[in-house]
Amino acid sequence: MAATEQLDLFPNGKLAVTLQRLCHELLETYGDFSDTVIIGAQSKGVFVSRRIQALLQEHLPGVEIPHGELDTTFFRDDFRMHEKPLQANKTRIDFLIEDRKVILIDDVLYTGRSVRAALDAMLAYGRPRSVELLVLVDRRNKRHLPIEPSYVGIMVDTIESQRVLVSLKESGGEDSVILVEKT
Amino acid sequence: MALSTKHLLGIKPITGEDIQLILDTADNFKEVLNRPIKKVPSLRDITIANLFFENSTRTRISFELAEKRLSADVVNFSAAASSVKKGETLLDTVKNILAMKVDMVVMRHPMPGAPVFLSRHIPAQIINAGDGTHEHPTQALLDAFSLREKFGELKGLKVAIVGDITHSRVALSNIFALQKMGAEVTVCGPPTLIPKHIESLGVKVSYNLEETLRWADAANMLRIQLERQNIKFFPSLRDYSLQYQLNEEMLARIDKPLVIMHPGPINRGVEITSEVADSDQAIILDQVENGVAVRMAILYLLAGAK
Repeated sequence: MAATEQLDLFPNGKLAVTLQRLCHELLETYGDFSDTVIIGAQSKGVFVSRRIQALLQEHLPGVEIPHGELDTTFFRDDFRMHEKPLQANKTRIDFLIEDRKVILIDDVLYTGRSVRAALDAMLAYGRPRSVELLVLVDRRNKRHLPIEPSYVGIMVDTIESQRVLVSLKESGGEDSVILVEKT
Repeated sequence: MALSTKHLLGIKPITGEDIQLILDTADNFKEVLNRPIKKVPSLRDITIANLFFENSTRTRISFELAEKRLSADVVNFSAAASSVKKGETLLDTVKNILAMKVDMVVMRHPMPGAPVFLSRHIPAQIINAGDGTHEHPTQALLDAFSLREKFGELKGLKVAIVGDITHSRVALSNIFALQKMGAEVTVCGPPTLIPKHIESLGVKVSYNLEETLRWADAANMLRIQLERQNIKFFPSLRDYSLQYQLNEEMLARIDKPLVIMHPGPINRGVEITSEVADSDQAIILDQVENGVAVRMAILYLLAGAK
């Protein structure tokens, strides 16, 4: 891949197909979604999790799947390693996760540090029965921590100098998930 | 975004953007404080010394809670039970405390400018928790946060600050903070308790409580600081109350939804009656609740950069 090139990870509307597949995988595991909650990690994980929740509701009319938004800023381990303080997003979780099955959703899995922070942050809402991780993009072999996803949209092999840029309709613009060279 | 300052010495030296950032971050911490587990690990490797050379209930407990909810290590110091009584200077006291590896200092001191003096001589970050009659920045920020929560925004808001303006650090910090956020301020009190030339700060001055309250959206009622008054500024507390007390009759006369604030401690029956202080219009306890979130935001933002 040349420096100026970029690779579209979900060409020709493949994103919708992938999201449907992830929903079917979740339906296979969680059935009627009793005692199950969805938590999206701020910021872009929330866009993915809302879409998945909406698709699941189409499959399960009448069932209400609780959806929360989790910000992990205050739980990160790279605090004070940046020139500026990390800026927080909103956390909106109006239910307890005590003894419930949690599906944690994020956009990109890379070092695993955000997920580690999310697991810590989640504990403020109770002790979940189980937690599974769903990510849209898994940057394989780049983990700093022993964290692996249960459900993966697409798995990519990347190098340090590359970035995965996720932009979804919810934040304005078009859906696009691309792999680019860091500038 | 980062604050433009390393210390929080007052509201005067910081910018409107700083205030905005602190209030926005405090929103997130207020949410944290409503969780079943009200604690985050952000400041787990930071040690903070709370140095109180002057009495305090709210500010001291509020800072300590804010620090603990951020997982910082906390040491408390009060002048009454220390070597200050044996003749140690401020700088020596603080240098000795810092020698024990303290990262931040929260200080209340009776002398105006004491935190500025310290900031020039020691490497730790300093937060002013009130310095004499000068500034009380965290109080002004929690007042601004409480007003923003109540009204949605501060721009264009009309705020009256009533009482002992001369001896009040809350008044001065509030004037700076409210003006930087685009609010209008009127100070009201007996002429002897309003500093000369205060108009030069861009505030209006009134000696008539009823007129001031008719103009205002919110009123911040201050306590008469008898401990800082070495001469008589008015004939008697009874006389002061007759002219400047916020009571039910006054509220009935102005007949409008006025939001009532008080930085505490309240002298019930002097600047405000119990009925008014405990009424639905008063947001006095909301101010106290918000104080913890606002102080968490300040500590987080000051400690957050490399």
